[in-house]
Amino acid sequence: MGRWIVSLDFHSIYEFFAAGPVFGWDIPGWLAFGLTSFVLALLVINALMISTALYTWFERRTLGRFQVRLGPNRWGPFGILQPIADAIKLITKEDTIPDEADRPAFTIAPVLLMVPMLLVVAVIPLGKDSFLGRLNIGVLFIVGVTSVSTIAIFVGGWASGNRYAMLGSMRGVAMLISYEVPMALAIAGVLLLVGPSLPAGSEGFADVSSLALSKIVESQVLPFLLVTPLAFLVFAAAATAEMSRTPFDQIEAESELGSGYHTEYSGAKFAVFQLAEFMAPIVTAVIITTLFLGGTRGFDPVPGQAWFALKVFAVVFLLLWVRATWPRLRIDQIMGFAWKGLFALSIFNLFLVAVEIEVFRGVGGELSVDTLWIMAAINWPVTLVSIGVLSLLARGRHSRRPEPTPSPLADMYAEAD
Amino acid sequence: MTRALDGRDVARRINEAHAGAAVASNDTDVWVEIGSLTDVAGFLRDTPGLDFATLTSVTAVDYVEHFELVYHLLSMRRNHSVVVKTRLFGRDEPAAPSLVEWWPGADLQEREIWDLMGIRFESHPNLKRILLWEGYPGHPLRKDYLG
Amino acid sequence: MAIKTEPITINLGPQHPSTHGVFRLRVTFDGEEILDVEPVFGYLHRGTEKLAESRSYVQVVTLTDRLDYVASMSNNLAYVRAVEKLAGIEVPERAMYLRVIAAELQRIASHMMATGFLLNDMGAFATPLMYCFRERERILDMFEMLCGARITLSYMRPGGVFQDAPDDFWAALDTFLADEPGYIGELESLITGNEVVLARTRGVGVLSDEQAVADSVTGPMLRAAGVKWDIRKADPYEVYDRLDFDVPIGASGDTFDRYLVRIQEMRESLRIIRQCVERIPEGPVRPDLPYNLRPPEGDAYAAVEGPKGELGFYLVSDRSIAPYRCKIRAPSFINLTPLKKMVVGWKMSDLIVIFGSIDVVLGEVDR
Repeated sequence: MGRWIVSLDFHSIYEFFAAGPVFGWDIPGWLAFGLTSFVLALLVINALMISTALYTWFERRTLGRFQVRLGPNRWGPFGILQPIADAIKLITKEDTIPDEADRPAFTIAPVLLMVPMLLVVAVIPLGKDSFLGRLNIGVLFIVGVTSVSTIAIFVGGWASGNRYAMLGSMRGVAMLISYEVPMALAIAGVLLLVGPSLPAGSEGFADVSSLALSKIVESQVLPFLLVTPLAFLVFAAAATAEMSRTPFDQIEAESELGSGYHTEYSGAKFAVFQLAEFMAPIVTAVIITTLFLGGTRGFDPVPGQAWFALKVFAVVFLLLWVRATWPRLRIDQIMGFAWKGLFALSIFNLFLVAVEIEVFRGVGGELSVDTLWIMAAINWPVTLVSIGVLSLLARGRHSRRPEPTPSPLADMYAEAD
Repeated sequence: MTRALDGRDVARRINEAHAGAAVASNDTDVWVEIGSLTDVAGFLRDTPGLDFATLTSVTAVDYVEHFELVYHLLSMRRNHSVVVKTRLFGRDEPAAPSLVEWWPGADLQEREIWDLMGIRFESHPNLKRILLWEGYPGHPLRKDYLG
Repeated sequence: MAIKTEPITINLGPQHPSTHGVFRLRVTFDGEEILDVEPVFGYLHRGTEKLAESRSYVQVVTLTDRLDYVASMSNNLAYVRAVEKLAGIEVPERAMYLRVIAAELQRIASHMMATGFLLNDMGAFATPLMYCFRERERILDMFEMLCGARITLSYMRPGGVFQDAPDDFWAALDTFLADEPGYIGELESLITGNEVVLARTRGVGVLSDEQAVADSVTGPMLRAAGVKWDIRKADPYEVYDRLDFDVPIGASGDTFDRYLVRIQEMRESLRIIRQCVERIPEGPVRPDLPYNLRPPEGDAYAAVEGPKGELGFYLVSDRSIAPYRCKIRAPSFINLTPLKKMVVGWKMSDLIVIFGSIDVVLGEVDR
């Protein structure tokens, strides 16, 4: 023995299994590959589960503070064991399936919602040598896999045989599909920057596809949040809709639909839905961090993973803040916002970035850090102005409130005639 | 101060327009013949100077030998009010004309009276029980109802 | 090829987060659009009017607590005023001031509830609701000082109030008057200019002034439609004719106006309370009356401007110790008359918000 796994990336684990006998066993290459995948999957999934559990506690405590109350504080120090109590409660509850339900579809829906969340995290680079982070279709993979949740929500709502659930899932499908368009276009704006802004000295990435998330992170000498704020805002709004939170929580719409597509769910299935729902902000924050905040990049003494966690935390808090303070839009307003607002903004952003790259790029097609700063200096005012113009257009006739005039139908001081 | 019109005065004006409609009156109330209730309603609502555009409240009282319907009318424009009453005799199928056509605000209140007091309102657009369920035995606010 | 569609009917309630109690709406939708609404009442019907016929005049006060259970003070006030009118009882001046203070505090509490739940119906995740509840909580604490109860108060008696306010009530009231405008401003800064709130409420569920007057609508809903009508001004009771306050009205009768009128009314209520605190005289708060009142034969109708609208009691006496007939003119109930006209053609989300802006309390609707 005497060999240890030196770092938690694919290569070193693979090497641990493949290089020689492990506990006296010789492991063939294919099995080593499989074992490595298994170990990594176990790590990612469990890390995500635990952080989700902690996040539920964090969300409820923070919401409590937003709402002038305490939040869960009974179980463990500061109530931190609350998620465990919740899990035990939900799992031990009776798992009812309504008579009207389509049983196989009803059962598969929670799993269908859960799996994409976990799959997305697989391609996120948590270190420089991330194996799947170099997946040459990385961003496409994320966009594709997250759309599976649309199907899960529809299956869940439809299979319940409940009209509230059906309404919720119908809204959900319409909304989620609409918001994927501006989301993908916002990402396209980022992807344009990835190749040209790759700094000198990261030759290892020259032949990696620009869609690979590792390369996106490597290119962010200046976080793309600074370079293309418009893309960030569009993406953040669209992602809020994708995970169906206020002001876009049409799928659940508690005050209207009870709880939307999972109205009929209980017990463990409901627990899985809840888990997937609470995982969504984390996954979204992870994607935002990777695409816009420079992922694991940071200052040196602090390791990259810590930077990553810090950024994810900041984004999660921001999403939570929005959730705590905004009312919900109506479904037609939400669709209008996607197609008339975000869609236009994301196209405009794509055009803007393309023109800027064409104008500023150097001889070899690269963008230096200075030019990125110049782009940021241009893009910020443009972003603010374009959002301002859009909101003025959207407000239209609603911006003016007429002066109240008493109706002639009543006169409180009328004297007898 | 909302002026409560003198019932005798209102009764006189009603009788000028619809002779014999107001059968009795005192300083606050006017008693109206049940058959001419709709005429009186139209008169009170549309006559300039009276302008009773709002029906504040409708209620029924069971005096055992007769039912009495009590209409509290209000004119917000003139800031005055009047109480119109009408009597229904007979306990089996008492019926009164519905005033929803004149005052839409009577809609739910007349349904409530039908439900709890058992007075049928002819030509009410949707005369169903409102607080109790269809098929509930009896009308609980009647004095002979033994719960 | 035309796609075949059919309207679906949904039972909104009786158990539903946004029906503010046990209320049921049978709604027919074409997709999201509302084709027809039929309210179904009665899940909370307790036969208050019948129960009142077998209780003495003082005992009925406790029944009125349970009508509009978020505004018991106003219910008490309306009832005892009807009894006083029927029996011809004079109320001492200090008691009248105490009643006005209590009723106006209750109005603030009730409007806080209405605003909070309206925002909750709109989908704001309970934050404005909790802000509103914090303020309501302070009012309930003060009520506890007044009469020992927080919700079912029974503070008023025919002829006066149950007891004089203790010293700590006045201290708490002073603090409340001093910082409440700030808290209302804080609440308004969260809601009034919010783009989403404006998008959801402006022009939604418009009730015209003519419709409102014809449908016997009262209270903030009527005033939001632009009809300047407030019983406190039109037919002043207690000491309202000596107090200086405005009657806010809305510009267009939409959901936003109904919200805004409530906010402005809270400010006016604070003004009223402030004047009352300055002017309240010393003196008795309850005349010496027999426990069992026997008012002379006859009938009387007395109404007050409750938080939801005109709350009236029509009492008939036959000289016995119990009312012969006790009719409650419940504003929540009658304000539901134009519901169908307001919501048809709007979407499901609007139905919830419009219903929330009407501000009904099911205890009062079903009685």
